[in-house]
Amino acid sequence: MSTLLDVGTLHYLVLSALLFLIGTIGIVVRRNMITVLMSIELVLNSVNINLIAFSFSHGDLTGQIFAIFTIAVAAGEAAVGLGILIALFRLRQTTELDQARELSG
Amino acid sequence: MDFLVAHGSSILFFLFALAAVIGALGVVTLRNPMFGAVSLLVTFLCVAVLFLLRHAEFVAIVQIFVYGGGIMVLFLFVIMLVDQHQLMESDKYGGHWWLAVLAALLLAAVFITAFLPVSFADPPVAPPAFSNVEGVARGNSEAIAWSLYRQYLLPFEIVSVFLLVAMIGAVVLGRKQ
Repeated sequence: MSTLLDVGTLHYLVLSALLFLIGTIGIVVRRNMITVLMSIELVLNSVNINLIAFSFSHGDLTGQIFAIFTIAVAAGEAAVGLGILIALFRLRQTTELDQARELSG
Repeated sequence: MDFLVAHGSSILFFLFALAAVIGALGVVTLRNPMFGAVSLLVTFLCVAVLFLLRHAEFVAIVQIFVYGGGIMVLFLFVIMLVDQHQLMESDKYGGHWWLAVLAALLLAAVFITAFLPVSFADPPVAPPAFSNVEGVARGNSEAIAWSLYRQYLLPFEIVSVFLLVAMIGAVVLGRKQ
């Protein structure tokens, strides 16, 4: 009872793993590119949870600094990904990933 | 009442963790991307609360600003920009969705075998490194600024260049031919 209720690093790891798995399924399964990009944000956010949890567990500030860098990279990734989405929509009038298969021959 | 006082932070964790997982499930399962984006916003805000519970105050507010503000506005803007009728997927999931779920279950098994034998020693209070600047207790923002602008100055500058490149890339991609 007490070990389950006392929230520790393990709880955060389990939550992070859950969000990571849900995000991975979303990336692989969904066909709408907007949803795939949102799933990528989910995965990046789950990594941030791990960084913050281990930062607290070790009493070290470096994890928080790294989480800020991850957030910056996620912002850049979202901007470029949505730019690609706009370009794809101009070209194909669709956001479904199955419609974009020029490179697969 | 005593139970609430003794386990307040734990109850908050379970509440917001549950809401975060439900929001993530909504992102993957909802058909309309607009609802998916709102669901994603719920997850972002709940994760920010979880950061607060781990005494990462500055990262929590950055999470709300950048994810809840910037990235979410970007997503909503693009969803409104492209035609709503085109967004409805003809077939929401691809052909082999059960294969992806199977792979995810295998990954979950890997996680479980990795987590089970490990035990973590958690400090009962906030670590002093989170708020101390050269031995003086100040605050989380001050401690992060001190570390970011001294020890991690080079990565910080590289990130600024990276954001500039991403911005130029987004402008070039979004430009009319």
